Amino acid sequence: MEFISQHPVLVVSLVKIALTLFVVMTALAYLTWFERKVVARMQSRWGPYYVGAHGLLQPLADGVKFLFKEDITPPSSDIITYILAPFLALVLALTAIALIPIGPTDVLILGQPVYAVSNVNIGLIFLFSITSLGVYGVALAGWSSNSKYPLMGGLRSSAQMISYEVSLTLSVVGVLLLAGTLNLSDIVSGPNGQTGHWFHLIPKWNVFPQIVGFLCYIIAAIAETNRVPFDLPEAETELVAGFHTEYSSFKFAMFFMAEYANMITVSSLATILFFGGWLSPFGGGEWEKFIPVVIFLGLAIYCMFEIVTELQAILHKLQFTIVVGLFLALAAVCFFFPHYAMPPFWFVLKIAIFMFFYVWARGTLPRFRYDQLMSFGWKLLLPVSLANLVVTAAVWLVMHP
Amino acid sequence: MILPLIVFFACAIAAVVGAIFLILAREPIHSALSLILVMISLAVLYLLLGAPFVAAIQILVYAGAIMVLFVFVIMLLNAGVEERTDWSKIAKWVGFPLGSVLLVEIAYWLFHSEPGTAIANGAAAPPPASTFELSTALFRQYLFPFEATSILILIAILGAIVLARKDE
Repeated sequence: MEFISQHPVLVVSLVKIALTLFVVMTALAYLTWFERKVVARMQSRWGPYYVGAHGLLQPLADGVKFLFKEDITPPSSDIITYILAPFLALVLALTAIALIPIGPTDVLILGQPVYAVSNVNIGLIFLFSITSLGVYGVALAGWSSNSKYPLMGGLRSSAQMISYEVSLTLSVVGVLLLAGTLNLSDIVSGPNGQTGHWFHLIPKWNVFPQIVGFLCYIIAAIAETNRVPFDLPEAETELVAGFHTEYSSFKFAMFFMAEYANMITVSSLATILFFGGWLSPFGGGEWEKFIPVVIFLGLAIYCMFEIVTELQAILHKLQFTIVVGLFLALAAVCFFFPHYAMPPFWFVLKIAIFMFFYVWARGTLPRFRYDQLMSFGWKLLLPVSLANLVVTAAVWLVMHP
Repeated sequence: MILPLIVFFACAIAAVVGAIFLILAREPIHSALSLILVMISLAVLYLLLGAPFVAAIQILVYAGAIMVLFVFVIMLLNAGVEERTDWSKIAKWVGFPLGSVLLVEIAYWLFHSEPGTAIANGAAAPPPASTFELSTALFRQYLFPFEATSILILIAILGAIVLARKDE
């Protein structure tokens, strides 16, 4: 106890890091399940169904499978770089998440903010500097495999990420002008933040004045994370699996996890910059704690219904009972500790909507051709985000003489 | 405090080792990777010196943009393994001694400069400059050098295009 009171920064930071890592890793695993389920529904299939009730244990089975598969290293590969690449990809993706605040900074425990692993004053620039290094994972993987398809995939992917990073960064500058700060917490709730409403109705989120910037951001973000319709690096029909063709076993899984972690980072940043982060759309009244309670209770009731009518195997019923318990516990936490539970609830809800958007895009859109991708990025997206920046700056100057 | 010292020496050693490996590596990609290591170690050193903005920009611009293009071009050209030559005579008899003299000179001035000795004797480092102060200095006080540099870079880009263009 004495140690804890003497080193609050160290202890609280370590606990936050461990917790974040646990939550993010679990979320990554279940995002794959979510994606497969949603895409399956869009294509009139069942998706994962047999491992656990409704495939709930599929992520676990996948993880075990990846761990026990043979780890093949191509003999002609550049061994150090070959091993370095997946580590680089995953480490950078997870480091970026440490900068994301998921709640207000004035909720303290032992004098330390609860909801941000690190509250950096120039958080946005640090975030961009970390994500900008993410290209190396892809490029080095493609190069070190010493094989034709990975090299082509790595080249394409690097070119794509370099091109779209410009638009991504420029589309955010408009928000920076409005917020007047680089601190991610202050962008949400600082003096020029996104608290309050216009006409007591529309929340003061940056997405409304910065709608063009948001559209540029979300397009560039999907391209940055190499997802459909910009998933050219792994265009199966042309490049087998792109830059990670030669990777197997857990190194492949690391690329996979890095991709999903990047999706989370990008969605979190979109939430913070454009959608008011952890702020509620209704202004944060006392009655709002009933929203998550109703949602979680509804989910619990649906699951109970499922136990009674659909599920046959006793093991599956048991698994769903645990899920019901989980939803009830979440409802209870939101009801009894709204001060602590509401900010993360809104934040996670907004991220979940972005994740659904990602999956939706994957389920419905065809892939770009490479030349279309490049001309779209340089000839349309970049000028539009530049114009957005210029117009925002001009309007800002007129309003703040 | 012992922790900053540990971080300093770890990063300093990483930077020096990276710089040596940059010269010794025969594979161009390995040289580029070593240079990235040097850049990132330097960024951490800036962070220790209380300049987080410069540290972030160092990573963003050098490691995240310029070196990415280096790696990209090396991959695109599929540059082969470097050929070793015996050192050129100029490098051996003039370059190496001059480099050593420069190193000694820099070390001498660092040890005898006023802020250097003050900090070595335990004086507090200056407080980190905020982004606001930095940008005010850059766009008010040093506006002319800043704009002149950007024009110089533009000229360099145009020069590169002119030199690389095929004659028609």
